[in-house]
Amino acid sequence: MSFDSNIPPGPLAEKWTRYRGTMNLVAPNNKRRIEIIVVGTGLAGASAAASLGELGYNVKCFTFHDSPRRAHSIAAQGGINAAKNYANDGDSVYRLFYDTIKGGDYRSREANVHRLAEVSRNIIDQAVAQGVPFARDYGGLLDNRSFGGVQVSRTFYARGQTGQQLLLGAYQALSRQISLGSVEMYNRHEMLDLVLVDGKARGIIVRNLLTGELERHAAHCVVLATGGYGNVFYLSTNAMNCNVTAAWRATRRGAYMANPCFTQIHPTCIPQSGDYQSKLTLMSESLRNDGRVWVPKKQEDAKAIREGRKTGNDIPEEDRDYYLERRYPAFGNLVPRDVASRAAKVACDEGLGVAPTGLAVFLDFDDAIMRYGKSKAHSMGLHNPSDAKVRELGEKVVEEKYGNLFEMYEKITGENPYQLPMKIYPAVHYTMGGLWVDYNLETNIPGLFSIGECNFSDHGANRLGASALMQGLADGYFVLPYTIGQFLSNEIRTPKFDPNAQEFLDTEKDTRERLEKMMNVKGGQSVESFHRRLGKIMWDYCGMSRNAEGLKKARTMIQELREEFYKDVFVPGSMNDYNPELEKAHRVADFFELGELMVLDALDRNESCGGHFREEYQTEEGEALRDDEDYTYVSAWEYKGWDEEPVLHKEELVFENVELKTRSYK
Amino acid sequence: MKLTLKIWRQKGPKEKGRFESYQVEANPHMSFLEMLDVLNEELIAKKEEPVTFEHDCREGICGTCSLVINGQPHGPNRGTATCQLHMRHYKDGDIIVIEPYRASAFPVLKDLAVDRSAFDRIMQAGGYISVSTGAPQDGNAIPIEKDQASEAFDAAACIGCGACVAACPNASAMLFVSAKVSHLALLPQGQVEASRRAQAMVRQMDEEGFGMCSNITACEAECPKEISVTNIARLNREYLSSSIKSQIKV
Ligand SMILES: Cc1cc2nc3c(=O)[nH]c(=O)nc-3n(C[C@H](O)[C@H](O)[C@H](O)COP(=O)(O)OP(=O)(O)OC[C@H]3O[C@@H](n4cnc5c(N)ncnc54)[C@H](O)[C@@H]3O)c2cc1C
Ligand code: SF4
Ligand code: FES
Repeated sequence: MSFDSNIPPGPLAEKWTRYRGTMNLVAPNNKRRIEIIVVGTGLAGASAAASLGELGYNVKCFTFHDSPRRAHSIAAQGGINAAKNYANDGDSVYRLFYDTIKGGDYRSREANVHRLAEVSRNIIDQAVAQGVPFARDYGGLLDNRSFGGVQVSRTFYARGQTGQQLLLGAYQALSRQISLGSVEMYNRHEMLDLVLVDGKARGIIVRNLLTGELERHAAHCVVLATGGYGNVFYLSTNAMNCNVTAAWRATRRGAYMANPCFTQIHPTCIPQSGDYQSKLTLMSESLRNDGRVWVPKKQEDAKAIREGRKTGNDIPEEDRDYYLERRYPAFGNLVPRDVASRAAKVACDEGLGVAPTGLAVFLDFDDAIMRYGKSKAHSMGLHNPSDAKVRELGEKVVEEKYGNLFEMYEKITGENPYQLPMKIYPAVHYTMGGLWVDYNLETNIPGLFSIGECNFSDHGANRLGASALMQGLADGYFVLPYTIGQFLSNEIRTPKFDPNAQEFLDTEKDTRERLEKMMNVKGGQSVESFHRRLGKIMWDYCGMSRNAEGLKKARTMIQELREEFYKDVFVPGSMNDYNPELEKAHRVADFFELGELMVLDALDRNESCGGHFREEYQTEEGEALRDDEDYTYVSAWEYKGWDEEPVLHKEELVFENVELKTRSYK
Repeated sequence: MKLTLKIWRQKGPKEKGRFESYQVEANPHMSFLEMLDVLNEELIAKKEEPVTFEHDCREGICGTCSLVINGQPHGPNRGTATCQLHMRHYKDGDIIVIEPYRASAFPVLKDLAVDRSAFDRIMQAGGYISVSTGAPQDGNAIPIEKDQASEAFDAAACIGCGACVAACPNASAMLFVSAKVSHLALLPQGQVEASRRAQAMVRQMDEEGFGMCSNITACEAECPKEISVTNIARLNREYLSSSIKSQIKV
């Protein structure tokens, strides 16, 4: 199997343009003979399926959702980056490239990231043309805001529902292709395995979720756009049904899994309130534009707040520690996510947490409300307005900017964030790791492509806010439709594949046996209970901070839990029916195996970088300590079989344009 | 708090369904769906089949959750999807009736889950702007007045949950269709195809077996995104004027 990143030659800024101009093409009449399977209809999958359909390929598109529009991308709130420099604040393709490389703590590939920055501009144009209602200023032009880890305003947004609006744009483009017959859509079909023929990806096994029937689908190549695996932690901001099965099954068939331990913990989420909790809710990073993060300076104040004897408002200014502003004056509240999350953990570990569980810090809008109120009063010609008036005007401005987020917060917590500072705590949010892909977004299995959050590319060890939407759409609209031609141009004489061929029958049989095995345990514990326990192990030992001893322990615990699962899980219902418990069961089964690999990966990486913080490797001030000498590589793991050690392949990262520096936001 | 749940159980699309009663112990901080999770865990512990209900994001944006709670789609709170409803709005001893959406265009699949694929087919009929991936003009080449953009956004906020259909005595899908038609018609990019879009989407809506709109406006009251019925008036205008145009062409 090939393991070459296939980065084209030439100067960084010209690689993509030159490569695109010299790539192999597939002629229109040949495109009609070629079939492509796309799994997933999030931003990456929907944009890819629509674009490939427009080009004339025959696309079969699959999602386990009841409609393509429900993919998890719908939940993205804050915005999407693009190097448009509309704000005239010094932004450029190079700056977006540089910020992304630095934000990722120098663990991503220069060439891929530069391409991403280049095409970012086209995404906005494409989305506007589709009718995505981005925020506008009074002149009718597109408005921008700032996100963490950068000093320019390059984030485009549609209120707090940017993901929804972008996904609807892609879904509408996809719907058009479905109506034109170039895309055949399979809703409520879940991919359970990948079929290889002579070492190339040629099809998938899916389960019709309504009837339980297994189906075999063949094509010339397969694209996985199946999202991230944050739910391995059980509690995360991901939608309940997000899972790793498609990517993991590909790994089981030989695809390499890259940097699996790189997980993003988002600093601003609503804290957990009880054991029954099923998921965590994100409060968009955009809030850190205006919210100030703090904890009380004194432990007794924090204790009083935890016990409900005081509120945040009772703590005088001089007794508050705005710790991000104090520790990182250059970026303040807008430091990157990994930095902000760890700082919150440090504060809570010191006993300064402000929720009954001890796990929360404040995100306070009081200053912003008063500042906006004053400026609004001024613009209305009000001189010497009362504080109450200023507050009233300020609350209106804040409502206009973040109204839906504030509402969401109040619905969940029952507290009014205009009056009391929000309580927030970090939560698992995004997975930078994923299937290893080369510059063409092709995995090491020929004909198997991976796009969006499902692959590992672009974000290194930490993703900057508003960059996942950018990457998903870049991959789907502007990269894959070209690069897939490199593979398909050699397949124009390949006849259609027969889904009744032996390889397909064998893979289907494997899948059936796997499901039967789970159904037949008939033990005493629910799938959910196993998932919760796995999540807790992952969070405790492979979460915001990790150490070798804990990781070793976690590995044994996961193995034991997995064994217990196959001895004592209870999956009700039947295999040949609509059975959500069975769906959960095979997803959790795959999470066990992935979880173990994440732990191994975290153990291998004896350094701290981005979201991967190894307690043994930190500076005296508690900042991450990278080891560029030994760890400037992508870990690509090869699965060797049940109970065999996976094999690590290293892709050395070469930095020709950026100098490796200690990341500083001070 | 102790609650009594009366839940619609139906094995499959062709089976007969009926209400079953369950007792559950809930906590005021739980979400409504977490309360159902607790019930399901108890059923599983008793080796019974859990209640099938659909959900995904659990934050009011994906449109997957549905449920009719005590006669109201998405329950009692305005502008709230079922997944955003919390148990603090209930009290000890309450009896809660939970049913699936009832509309012939949304057949029940199992228990509380229904098939809403008719909405996808309506979208496929014309709910888009016909632009292919490529190099369209610069985003700022099409200035759009802030309030106009904001109005388009209000319509675009629809999550495709189908509560409007469930709320309507005629099971009409007009609020859903009008939201998409308005979103696109309010933007200069979408105006070119506005007439054709309105015609095509309404035709498909009729084919799917949704009922007529008779201006009862129950849809607006139950819509979790508070989509306004003024969109329906806009759709009617768009549809009427396009009908006239198409007659002239013939
Ligand atoms: C709450 C939240 C807010 C966010 N906000 C932002 C933001 O403001 N800006 C930003 O840039 N990023 C944001 N992100 C991250 C971003 O939303 C995601 O990374 C991105 O949307 C992922 O898109 P995707 O297309 O790769 O996958 P997804 O949208 O997750 O889609 C996955 C698709 O694959 C399908 N699928 C998966 N497995 C299978 C299978 N086995 N068989 C069949 N189908 C399958 C699913 O049905 C779905 O259609 C946010 C994330 C969260 C959780
Ligand atoms: S209009 Fe409202 S109720 Fe109807 S589908 Fe859209 S969001 Fe749901
Ligand atoms: S579960 Fe997504 S809207 Fe309710």
